Amino acid sequence: MAGRDCLVANDWICGEYLRSRSQELVDATAQHVQITVASVAIGLVVAFPLALIARGRPRFAGPVLGLTTVLYTIPSLAMFSLLLPFFGLSAALVVTGLVLYSLTILVRNTVAGLEAVPAETREAARGMGYGPVRMLWEVELPLALPAVMAGLRIATVSTVALTTVGSIVGRGGLGNLIEDALPSFFKAQVLTASVLCVLLAVAADLLLLGVQRLLTPWTRIRTAGSREAR
Amino acid sequence: MDVPARTWAWLTNGANWSGEGGVWHLLGEHLYVSGVALALACAVALPVAFWLGHTGRGGALAVNISNVGRAVPVFAVLALFMVTPLRGAGYVPTIVALVLFAVPPLLTNAYVGMREVDRSVVEAARGMGMSGGQLLVRVELPLAYPMAMTGLRSAAVQVVATATIAAMVGQGGLGRIITAGFNTYDTPQVVAGALLVAVLALLVEAVLVAVDRMAAPLRRTV
Repeated sequence: MAGRDCLVANDWICGEYLRSRSQELVDATAQHVQITVASVAIGLVVAFPLALIARGRPRFAGPVLGLTTVLYTIPSLAMFSLLLPFFGLSAALVVTGLVLYSLTILVRNTVAGLEAVPAETREAARGMGYGPVRMLWEVELPLALPAVMAGLRIATVSTVALTTVGSIVGRGGLGNLIEDALPSFFKAQVLTASVLCVLLAVAADLLLLGVQRLLTPWTRIRTAGSREAR
Repeated sequence: MDVPARTWAWLTNGANWSGEGGVWHLLGEHLYVSGVALALACAVALPVAFWLGHTGRGGALAVNISNVGRAVPVFAVLALFMVTPLRGAGYVPTIVALVLFAVPPLLTNAYVGMREVDRSVVEAARGMGMSGGQLLVRVELPLAYPMAMTGLRSAAVQVVATATIAAMVGQGGLGRIITAGFNTYDTPQVVAGALLVAVLALLVEAVLVAVDRMAAPLRRTV
């Protein structure tokens, strides 16, 4: 009975709200996850060649890094609005905007990671007869992976947060619930959706941290044994 | 598709610039809340960061605050304020939210800047008989300046960008033009507002880069 009352009393935390609107919450969370995953995945696919261009051709490095940085300074609401004439009120608009944001961090970190590969490692691989493609895949990328993953984590966490602004076009995942609840001052819905959003960001970050540890087993061995080895 | 032409018409229509809901008024509002928030955030974050950096403690704290800050949606924080009694307090919800978002980059960058000051330089200064206070003002602060300024730049840009979202919860600022356009399905107005906001954000970034270039204390000697 206390549960029934909390909706009427407009409490911040309300078990009855969670029970009666669980489907709505699950749907919003699913939309949030879809938009975030699509944005970060596309961002990674676009950022990778850009980073390779920026590294391989110094003439393009300035413009590529400059352009992605300029994109990052544009406020999210403005970014989504500027894309409106091209995409209409669609999820593609939100995803495109978020991809543009993720580029700054992803390109920067990938370039930094590739540049941090020691020259002697590259020389050694070349001496062993590695061609440029094999060098990239088997030597440079694995060594750049920690930096790339660090960028991916930052990009993912901020994308989860920025997705809420997509509610301006009705595709903001949990942001939609927050916006719906505002006119009626529905506290439980605003708080629940906000908390879910933060939990989603933290969960995504931990998941990527786990992936990074799986992909780079040698970093663990080195940090564990580095003192004894030297 | 006559959006560009109608956007231009909106921007060049003097009626859209003057009066209570006009561009000039909203721009003033935008700069006012951004400025107050940035000043408050500096007043809170910089002394803490410089002190933590000087004593060499609290690094994990600074970095964690920064990481958590990135995970919290601005829109959610503003919305939370708007369902509390704070909603009746004028610009306060926006300013408080902006301060919360400006503190992490300021704190982290200033702290990291202080910690990256070459330890041998600090030791040498101490060996020359400098007191803790002298060390802070004459050695650590000038050397930490570039990093602290980088933090200030990202905080300022973030604050100006975030102030836009305030319009989504009914607060003021340039974002109003965009949200009003959405409510009336007026795409040219939405695009015009977005252009104005984007130009403002880029201008703020450019001005800060210029100020940074002119004011850097080490640039004269290097």
